[in-house]
Amino acid sequence: MDSYAIQLENFEGPLDLLLHLIKKNEMDVQDIPIAEITRQYLSILDAMKTLNLDMAGEFLLMAATLLHIKSKMLLPKIVEDELEEEEEDPRAELVRRLLEYQKYKEVSLTLESKPQLGRDLFARFSAEPEVLENAEAGFVAVGLFDLLEALKEVMKESPEQIVHEVNMEQLSVTDRINAILSELQGKESLAFHDLFSGVLKRSEVIVTFLALLELVKLRMVRFMQNVHHGSIWLFPAVTIEESDELDLGDDSLGYS
Amino acid sequence: MIPLDIHELTPLVEALIFAADGPIKLERMAEALEMEPAEISAAIEALQADYEEHPRGFFMQEVSGGYQLRTRPEYADYLRRLGQSRPFKFSRPALESLSIIAYRQPVTRSEVEYLRGVDSGSVVKTLLEKRLIRILGKKDVPGKPMIYGTTKEFLELFGLPDLSALPTLREFSELVSEEESGGQMASMPLLVEQGDAEM
Repeated sequence: MDSYAIQLENFEGPLDLLLHLIKKNEMDVQDIPIAEITRQYLSILDAMKTLNLDMAGEFLLMAATLLHIKSKMLLPKIVEDELEEEEEDPRAELVRRLLEYQKYKEVSLTLESKPQLGRDLFARFSAEPEVLENAEAGFVAVGLFDLLEALKEVMKESPEQIVHEVNMEQLSVTDRINAILSELQGKESLAFHDLFSGVLKRSEVIVTFLALLELVKLRMVRFMQNVHHGSIWLFPAVTIEESDELDLGDDSLGYS
Repeated sequence: MIPLDIHELTPLVEALIFAADGPIKLERMAEALEMEPAEISAAIEALQADYEEHPRGFFMQEVSGGYQLRTRPEYADYLRRLGQSRPFKFSRPALESLSIIAYRQPVTRSEVEYLRGVDSGSVVKTLLEKRLIRILGKKDVPGKPMIYGTTKEFLELFGLPDLSALPTLREFSELVSEEESGGQMASMPLLVEQGDAEM
């Protein structure tokens, strides 16, 4: 039992653990002694419990699967002459999964051993392969995650207000779009964060964010950042003069 | 443009590959030089032969559909000392999930989870953030789950010309001993073999 305890955390999941048990016992994977493997598997789960390890639900699910297979195998086979086709071995699906898992586990090690850019091989500008992507004047395009991260930051600064004001204030995405455009006018760029300065209400933050997304969608601005997870900047994508007042009804954007 | 013979073209192609920000495609070079891809291809072969005959600190790798000059793996230790950024170290869950996505794309998260037998949500998120995988779309089944595939950054990271260059999946009908699968790791592809494989 002790020997199990040490190795517990090395297993990626129930399939990995089962693979290990089968190999260790030199069992034939095509003919797994299901009673024995279930016994060993469950005793490991017990050990995990005593060690207070946070046992993932997947391990329990596999225990249930094993017990289910075991019970199926205990049932006497009903000989039905009419049914020609043989019933599949209750272990078959598990065996398939084990072999399939082994396949990917092995190939992942082969992949890992390949020379990696930034670890074994280096190219110009590519200490980090991520920055390879169109480094426009030192800026890279902002991905969805960075954008959401930035929104989360802004949201943190504007805690939800608990006020009992019922009069509806009309916040228009279109108005905000035009406001952002006029702020951008004559400037080379705007910091993402500055767009939210002075904006305190959550609803205003959201409307501003929606306005930004619309502007990107309309290809009027672009989000760039100089490093990954760096601060986000807004660049005009077209000459603002041309598109001075944007003639957009709120309806056309689908917000009301 | 004056037609160039192979002796003039080879250093020119080398210059393009050297100056490019990332792997540069054959077609792109052909376009820039207003020449036939076959001519560029011949120059690349000549370059490759030259690098083999007179080894440099770098070699040319065919990667992500293009060509890139990369330092030789045996110098990795020294080059790492220069680097400001730590290389991305894969955890086993990340590596397993990435392999499954690479070989079975387009694939949903639940398919990955079924194969691994464990929840893979956070691993998939990390791989997305590292830009090694991307969302290809949504599967037309109830719930419309996202489907994932690998990116060009994935190919660049592992030095693969394209997805067909992924290591061959071994089909098993039995289990391999743990020593054996460990031994698989030790037989790393060598630089020489790689150079051969590129052309």
